[in-house]
Amino acid sequence: MTDTNISFATAKGAASEPQQDRVRSYWQLVRLRLRYDKVTLFFGMIIVAIVLIALLAPILPLRDPLETSMINRLKPIGHEGFILGTDELGRDMLSRIIWGGRSSLLMGLLPVALALLIGGGLGVIAGFMGGTVNMMIMRVMDVFYAFPSILLAVAISGAMGGGMLNGLISLTVVFIPPLCRVAETATTQVRGLDFVEAARASGAGSASIIGTHILGNVLAPVFVYASGMVSVSILVASGLSFLGLGVAPPTPDWGLMLSTLRQAIYVNPIVCALPGIAILITSLSFNMLSDGLRQAMDVKM
Amino acid sequence: MISYIIHRVLYAIPISLGVTMFCFALVYMAPGDPLTRLLPDDASPEVIAMMKKAYGLDKPIPIQYFVWLGNALSGDLGTSIQTNRPVLDEVSKALVNTIILSAVSVVVAFSVAFILGTLAAYYNGSAVDRLATGFSVLGVSVPNYWFGIVLIILFSVQLRWLPATGMGPGGSGSFSLFSLDGLRHLVLPVITMALIPLGIIMRTTRSAVSEVLGQDFVQTLRAKGLNEWAVVKHAVRNALPGVLAVMGLQFGYLMGGSILVETIFTWPGTGSLLNQAILNRDIPVLQGTILVLALIFVATNLIVDLLQTAVDPRIKRN
Repeated sequence: MTDTNISFATAKGAASEPQQDRVRSYWQLVRLRLRYDKVTLFFGMIIVAIVLIALLAPILPLRDPLETSMINRLKPIGHEGFILGTDELGRDMLSRIIWGGRSSLLMGLLPVALALLIGGGLGVIAGFMGGTVNMMIMRVMDVFYAFPSILLAVAISGAMGGGMLNGLISLTVVFIPPLCRVAETATTQVRGLDFVEAARASGAGSASIIGTHILGNVLAPVFVYASGMVSVSILVASGLSFLGLGVAPPTPDWGLMLSTLRQAIYVNPIVCALPGIAILITSLSFNMLSDGLRQAMDVKM
Repeated sequence: MISYIIHRVLYAIPISLGVTMFCFALVYMAPGDPLTRLLPDDASPEVIAMMKKAYGLDKPIPIQYFVWLGNALSGDLGTSIQTNRPVLDEVSKALVNTIILSAVSVVVAFSVAFILGTLAAYYNGSAVDRLATGFSVLGVSVPNYWFGIVLIILFSVQLRWLPATGMGPGGSGSFSLFSLDGLRHLVLPVITMALIPLGIIMRTTRSAVSEVLGQDFVQTLRAKGLNEWAVVKHAVRNALPGVLAVMGLQFGYLMGGSILVETIFTWPGTGSLLNQAILNRDIPVLQGTILVLALIFVATNLIVDLLQTAVDPRIKRN
């Protein structure tokens, strides 16, 4: 999984560092750095727009994404009434791409959020407890590292069968190990520091040490890492749908649309390529946002 | 160093065992009893009991695992439900084709990425750098199977320059890397496969070369009057081992992650085999293919680690 999570820091040039005239908290600094990072703001706004459009799909003046029409099959872009043309069953592409964004975003965000909770939690426990507990948790994670992410997702979904729920489960399993590892590394680093020792010496319990001292220091790297996983999750999820392992037809979903439209590339190639452009823009935006966050939060991986 | 090698090899053993456990468990993740897929719906309890005994399903699950593992180690991965042929035969036939595709792709990706990455590092911050970096972020953001479809639309449907699918008229049997026809069938799948490693290897090269260029000895080289070409040669030589290691790991990822690209181009490798197994609910083939691919991935990582230690013993490891 680490293969796709790399930094693109230099692509955007150094954001001009604001003048330091008073002491600022870490999060104030992060906000300030982000405000000056035009590229990250731009891609952040694209994501906000995509999410809003997907959320507002039911109240937007769109055609029914499931309404088929035999006489309007595979109409080109700009065909009367169909801004982005129609698919192989005559359904409105614009409407299907907007509605499809809902399942694609869900499949991108939810598994990462769940894995953040489960993997991050396990990583903090492993890092804080150390010893045998650490070894047991981390060795199990190592086993899942023996699978390239798409292979692991295909294995679990392939065995359990298609469907959105199984897709969500398999993607969550894919992202738990890397997030666990990042959380474990960060926790282990913090655990040995003096201020944690001091808290323990003054009688603080494990729960309160984790809550007040560990989490604050572990959150930033884990969060940045997780944000980079979102684009991977969108790509793998659309891949699963493409293979027939994700969302079931006729629900609109970008990966599934690419798969069903594939038969029509000889008739109307440009319309067939549209869902991929939606995936590309979304995944690119999340990649760039994650990279900007990494810089702003000054996290080194 | 010897102790590191022993340590690293020993470490791969529990991982591989874990992989076999996961693959064994796949059968139990599948909905329904494994037997119900083999029996008619109206099978009597006696028949079910008999079948359970015949398949060893009456024993406790740990015992079943060890029996399965023993069979797997001796090359018996079960029989395909679809074709009734041994799973190992199916997998090994497909594996060759996946190795061809992945190896060519990773070499192409490396050749392009190494040059681009070095240029980007040397002309740090320039237009070349921006272009190359932008290219690499695109490489990991594009759904590569979609990119494959776009390539087919462009070069097969519109321009009719290259074949859209398959390995040629004779299938994989008569495919040759060294024939014009073989190469023509390779072009599009290789470009598609190379996309992600291209971006990643380029990033690695860029940061490795620029790190070396910032070191003191490079100053010394310049001070003693070496021309820039010779300086870059030094930097590249120092950066190469690390980049080659990343290339090796990428080969492993391509082998394991080829399912989408192979499906697009109906390339008869392990990815297509997996896709067929999923469509036909052929769990033994699914299980066997994933086991083989994951073990290859473990082995690739092991070999890359060992080679890297051999080339550069300074690399510290825990």
